Amino acid sequence: MPDQQGQYKATFVRSLLYVGLLLLSQAVYAIQATSTELPQQRRAELHNLLLQDCGSCHGMTLKGGLGPALTPDALADKPREFIEHTIREGRSGTPMPPWKNILTRDEIHWLVDTLYSGIATGTTP
Amino acid sequence: MKKSIYALYAILLLVFLSGCQTTLRGTGDMGVVIERATGSVQIIETTRQTKLNQVDGLGDLSHASIVFSRDERFAYVFGRDGGLSKIDLLTAKIDKRIIQSGNSIGGAISQDGRLVAVSNYTPGGVKVFDAETLELVADIPATYGDGKQQSKVVGLVDAPGQKFVFSLYDAGEIWIADFSQVDTPEITRFRDVGKQPYDGLISPDGRFYIAGLFGEDGLALLDLWHQQEGVKVILSDYGRGSEKMPVYKMPHLEGWAMTEDYAFLPAVGRYEVLVVDRRSWKQVASIAVHGQPVFVMARPDGRQVWVNFAFPRNDTVQVIDTEKLNIIETLKPGKAVLHMEFTPRGEHVWISARDAGKVTVFDTETFKAITTLPMAKPSGIFFTSRAHRTGL
Repeated sequence: MPDQQGQYKATFVRSLLYVGLLLLSQAVYAIQATSTELPQQRRAELHNLLLQDCGSCHGMTLKGGLGPALTPDALADKPREFIEHTIREGRSGTPMPPWKNILTRDEIHWLVDTLYSGIATGTTP
Repeated sequence: MKKSIYALYAILLLVFLSGCQTTLRGTGDMGVVIERATGSVQIIETTRQTKLNQVDGLGDLSHASIVFSRDERFAYVFGRDGGLSKIDLLTAKIDKRIIQSGNSIGGAISQDGRLVAVSNYTPGGVKVFDAETLELVADIPATYGDGKQQSKVVGLVDAPGQKFVFSLYDAGEIWIADFSQVDTPEITRFRDVGKQPYDGLISPDGRFYIAGLFGEDGLALLDLWHQQEGVKVILSDYGRGSEKMPVYKMPHLEGWAMTEDYAFLPAVGRYEVLVVDRRSWKQVASIAVHGQPVFVMARPDGRQVWVNFAFPRNDTVQVIDTEKLNIIETLKPGKAVLHMEFTPRGEHVWISARDAGKVTVFDTETFKAITTLPMAKPSGIFFTSRAHRTGL
């Protein structure tokens, strides 16, 4: 019965995989859900923060100033984790401060979404 | 029939004449408030505290600043997007407008009022224009290192002797461009003045140029009466210290307050205003304040110093007594206070609150709000009296 045993094994592995995928998809869903579940008012505040306060160094159109440009083009070759890390921790040797005591991970995630999408400055590519 | 036609002509003529009639006025009590998000400015007057006119079409006005022609009729608006606009305050029209670079940060007007200079981030350098026509007079690329790189330029001011003085953020240098002889300036370079000079100011008498350093503690001081002595670092304790406090908005040095004995400086990162002896350039005190200071500005008589703060503690303004060195008033003019401007003799101060969408005029003796003017995300406030002050 080696064949049947092998089949059981395969089925077991497959079901493990399914359960894993299911859990993963739920986790992904949960992350997405929390990101999109920022209340409308908070999103408006963050958008204002992005244009006005980030904008004081990066330019209100986010085309750069003392800090570099944050347009979708400028960010295209930069990984998301790098950008989120920069916002969270700041960048030593530059005036970029850490925002982790002011913004939550979800809020930073939402900000980076907004930057990548180009809707930040109302110039959707 | 004929009679009625004549009557009609007469009425039309009257209407025409009344349309032509302009009320003569001076500009000494006028000013301009930047509306940063809409690319517009409000022309205001400080006698009755009213808005007079709005001028649109000025581009990206985040971090915009203004200087005035010496006749106080024209305002030169320096926009973030490299735009340089010359506005006629009397007609409320754009007289001239050019895009002179990709990304600019500020400007200055020469001692004789003939030249307007703009400091640029991209491409890094200074461009100088004829104040009348806005035609290019001189282009000064801020090259450094192997000569291929160009540094961002900050802290551009005018100085006596038809000079402009400015700092190179990336290069750590201070340059003087002397336009006293010809329109091709003579450049004097001071190298290794310190890391990342982020803004500069000139003392009201035009003698001392000081650049704040972001990359290290201390300030770079240049005595323009004794240029050959070079740049000295003063207040070597001034800065973020070993902890490198995060700074949520760079302090602005243009408004540094100088009274007879002291200079009042915004600490970098710390919740303090520093008091410095103007002769020895040594710190004599520090005053604990509400947040990270941005503008520290003296009332024209030097009796008070007003301070606003960086995000997120930027809904507050505090007033310091310059004799007792303590805080005598704390005001809440609204969310995101960005700038303050005193009337020429200091009886009032105008304060912009960006997110509150208003400018409030306060009496500087009673601290009472006199009036509030709604505006669209107001930032910098500039009164024409700046026309006659070195460095503004």
